[in-house]
Amino acid sequence: MKNEALYNYVLRLGDDSLILGQRLGEWCGHGPILEEDIAMTNISLDLIGQAMSLLDYAGEIDGQGKDHDALAFLRFENEYRNVLLVEQLNGDFANTMMRQFLFDAFRKPLYEKLLDSSDQQIAAIAEKSLKETRYHLKHTSEWIIRLGDGTDESHQRAQKALDLLWRYTDELFFETEEDLALVASGVVPAMNEIKAEWSKTVLAVLAEATLNIPTNNWQFEGGRRGIHSEHFGYLLSDLQYMQRAYPNMKW
Amino acid sequence: MVTKEAILSLLDEVCDPEIPVLSLADLGVLRGVEFLDNEWQITITPTYSGCPAMKTMEDDILQKLKDHGIKARVQLVLSPAWTTDWLSKSGREKLKEFGIAPPEDEVDKSVLFSAPTVVPCPKCGSRETKMVSQFGSTACKAHYQCRSCLEPYDYFKCLK
Repeated sequence: MKNEALYNYVLRLGDDSLILGQRLGEWCGHGPILEEDIAMTNISLDLIGQAMSLLDYAGEIDGQGKDHDALAFLRFENEYRNVLLVEQLNGDFANTMMRQFLFDAFRKPLYEKLLDSSDQQIAAIAEKSLKETRYHLKHTSEWIIRLGDGTDESHQRAQKALDLLWRYTDELFFETEEDLALVASGVVPAMNEIKAEWSKTVLAVLAEATLNIPTNNWQFEGGRRGIHSEHFGYLLSDLQYMQRAYPNMKW
Repeated sequence: MVTKEAILSLLDEVCDPEIPVLSLADLGVLRGVEFLDNEWQITITPTYSGCPAMKTMEDDILQKLKDHGIKARVQLVLSPAWTTDWLSKSGREKLKEFGIAPPEDEVDKSVLFSAPTVVPCPKCGSRETKMVSQFGSTACKAHYQCRSCLEPYDYFKCLK
């Protein structure tokens, strides 16, 4: 492979989008109100569209003729590189919104920095995706504030979601030695810059939502290395079922 | 040989499958028509990353040209990213007649809880309307309702 570091980087972004898009899609027909049912599936659609662009590009770098479908449907569990956060169960609406908010607050500054990437295709995907991501972040930020600073019940649920999901947030800023070479050549931004932006957004919104950041800062990681939580196999079996049962089938 | 003008006029008949009153040129997704390596290359750009209509548009373009014996291929480009600024003036009028409010040239502000954009009702023209949902029936729309005539309608979201 010409550029393995770049392949891994793009694959990670593509897998994050794909898996979160799949999770959000599970809400289809089950949203608490029709408008939010539509909102979550719209966000899911944007994420899956971004995953298509990212995985196509990963396949192009890999140079073995794999397109987005081959990468999405025909890999094994330990070949996926998404963060653990995005594969966590939907839980209740507060939990889904919290997961989405923590992710959107990471994706927005990342895409903003990737606009200046020396790699033209990454910059183009970032330009396209950023417009969508801004809209998502506004939507989820408003929900976090509304839920956190809402009724006793909604506050309690939002706090519980934050307590549960906080332990998966450090992994968002995963960075390898080979990534540092990409940083040095201006292809991708350094993760500490993204983390600073993420913290700013997250702290401001959580403060307004009257939610408390968990004091126990034990963190989990693994997804970026292909080691996933027990939920992941079930998700993949849903995602891949048609292609595994009927290889090469088309709609 | 067919001229570029002839191709463009054929492509005028290819419409958005979800909003059939808009041609691809009206919508601003048609970015270029060029004769390259013995065939016509039609360049299009997606409205939203996941818009499922893109594949249909691509197929429809190829079918339309094939029906006229023209060899072509479709290229999808992401940059520069599509914006509602590219929606033609006649496209905006057609949207309104179709019952969809055209973009108000103002992005829903990134400020939290900002008041949503005022979008006049495409049916009665009233400005007394409310946003029902930031998301609508397709990726490019939000959902509104008129307080005057009570019409529920789609708003073609401004994207810049």
